[in-house]
Amino acid sequence: MRDTFSSAIIADIANDPKAVFLTGDLGFNALESVQLAFGERFINAGIAEQNMVGVAAGLASSGQKPWVYSIATFMVFRPFEQIRNDICLHDLPVVLVGNGGGFGYGVMGPTHHALEDYGSLGTLPNLRILVPAFDEDVPAMVTIAHLSKKPVYLRLGFDRGPDVPSRPLEYAPWRCLIDGAPGGPMVAVAGPIAGLVWGWCLSEPQKGISLWVAGELPVPNVPPPEKFQQAAQAASGLLTVEEHVRPGGFGEGLISYLALAGALPDRPRIMAVPKDRITEYGDQLYCLSLCGLDQETFRSELSAISGDIT
Amino acid sequence: MIKMHHANHIGHLGGNLSVIDLLCLIYLDLMRGTDQLVLSKGHAAGALYVCMALAGEIDEAELESFHQNGTRLPGHPPANTFEKIAFATGSLGHGLSLASGMALAEKLRGGDATIFCVMGDGEWQEGSNWEAIWFAQHHTLSNLTIVVDQNELQGFGSIRDTSSMEDLLKRVRSHGIDCSTVDGHNLDALRDACSLPNKSDGPRAVFARTLKGKGVPWFEGEMRSHYVPLTDDAAEKALSVLQAKK
Repeated sequence: MRDTFSSAIIADIANDPKAVFLTGDLGFNALESVQLAFGERFINAGIAEQNMVGVAAGLASSGQKPWVYSIATFMVFRPFEQIRNDICLHDLPVVLVGNGGGFGYGVMGPTHHALEDYGSLGTLPNLRILVPAFDEDVPAMVTIAHLSKKPVYLRLGFDRGPDVPSRPLEYAPWRCLIDGAPGGPMVAVAGPIAGLVWGWCLSEPQKGISLWVAGELPVPNVPPPEKFQQAAQAASGLLTVEEHVRPGGFGEGLISYLALAGALPDRPRIMAVPKDRITEYGDQLYCLSLCGLDQETFRSELSAISGDIT
Repeated sequence: MIKMHHANHIGHLGGNLSVIDLLCLIYLDLMRGTDQLVLSKGHAAGALYVCMALAGEIDEAELESFHQNGTRLPGHPPANTFEKIAFATGSLGHGLSLASGMALAEKLRGGDATIFCVMGDGEWQEGSNWEAIWFAQHHTLSNLTIVVDQNELQGFGSIRDTSSMEDLLKRVRSHGIDCSTVDGHNLDALRDACSLPNKSDGPRAVFARTLKGKGVPWFEGEMRSHYVPLTDDAAEKALSVLQAKK
């Protein structure tokens, strides 16, 4: 998604004289074209994320539109207080871009795993959290972020969507990828793991699965549409899937929302990353598999929400 | 180390090559008894794993698993895996605070161990380092030895172009720290700098002038050595150059 992001920001944002792009020393062999397009409004703020985010807040309060870029962990956790106090409390239109959401930097080790980012950010006031599932979502989200008068966090990942005729997809905060059988199991996903899950669902055509993908968090900010809620009430069960820890995540948010709305099906299940850290490493798919975010576990969970297992 | 990085098409080799000499010296020669090391520039994990293999703490064969699925040796040091790796590093600017805490603990319990903290130069852009240096000096942590791998390049440019911090030593010295500068590839000079009596009652800082990509001629001092993996041809030539130097 990083390349799609670079293309989108060059095409749609760089010419805006108010736009300023700050990077935390990331982007070698990736952002040079962005640097060229932004000219003097491209700033390598160095390995200094707290300062970078504070500077961005200052820029925004003075009428500029800052885009701040780093690896997702460094974008969120190091400058969290600056994000909270300087940006969110003051409702400033800063766009924070975190690359490598989830296990995007899997084999780089645990300091690079962004597994608590949107959960912790979701507790902050005013912040919009955009989580693209597919490359096609990124340009639309770049435009949303640019036009937003509020702070935005854009979590980039790696599109693993299946090559199916229904692509490319037009972005919407909630999309139904598979309109399954009424009363069948419902699956709801956030983030690029949606592509994997989509493929897993397509391999189980007899199950009548409905598959939805959400693009903006936390759930109460952009709640699921009426069609989703009606389908959920009639569904045999609901399974959520995400590349994030369970606490504060998409699954807990959605289930909580539906429960309060009286639309929660009988068998809610969550597939998420356990809080206990893995102690062996590998690429993104390997790390996901270690955490039970794989097709075999999905099948088992699907059986559970279909009523095959109690 | 070159083989480890090349086999899996891994970048970050430049900063590993700049630090490997000084890291080997510290790990295999200077560290004694309960001395401890914090590798603050976690992206040099490959060099650390090589030191651990040379020290017999992991099997050399395990180095082949570097960056592979199922490895205990990820691109940055892992947590809770090896006794000698006290902290998972990889987010820059944590190591000096960690090492200061370890040095303070050692002082509180009356021990005589030295805590070594190996840092990059770019990571001094993180403000936390300046908080840590104040702290370490204030608490007279003379058992803390900071070694800075001063290769003058960072991820997306040079230190000079990014932050005008080429006078880093002066800035650190201004906090009252005993600072020296040496050729970071001259082991005798490094040993002396780390071993001579500390001229202050606080930590010492050794600024090791190094070359990013050291040992791979067409990588040396090049920005691309930070991220770009070696090609087959480049790896073969690099290994033959090193073999010839043996």
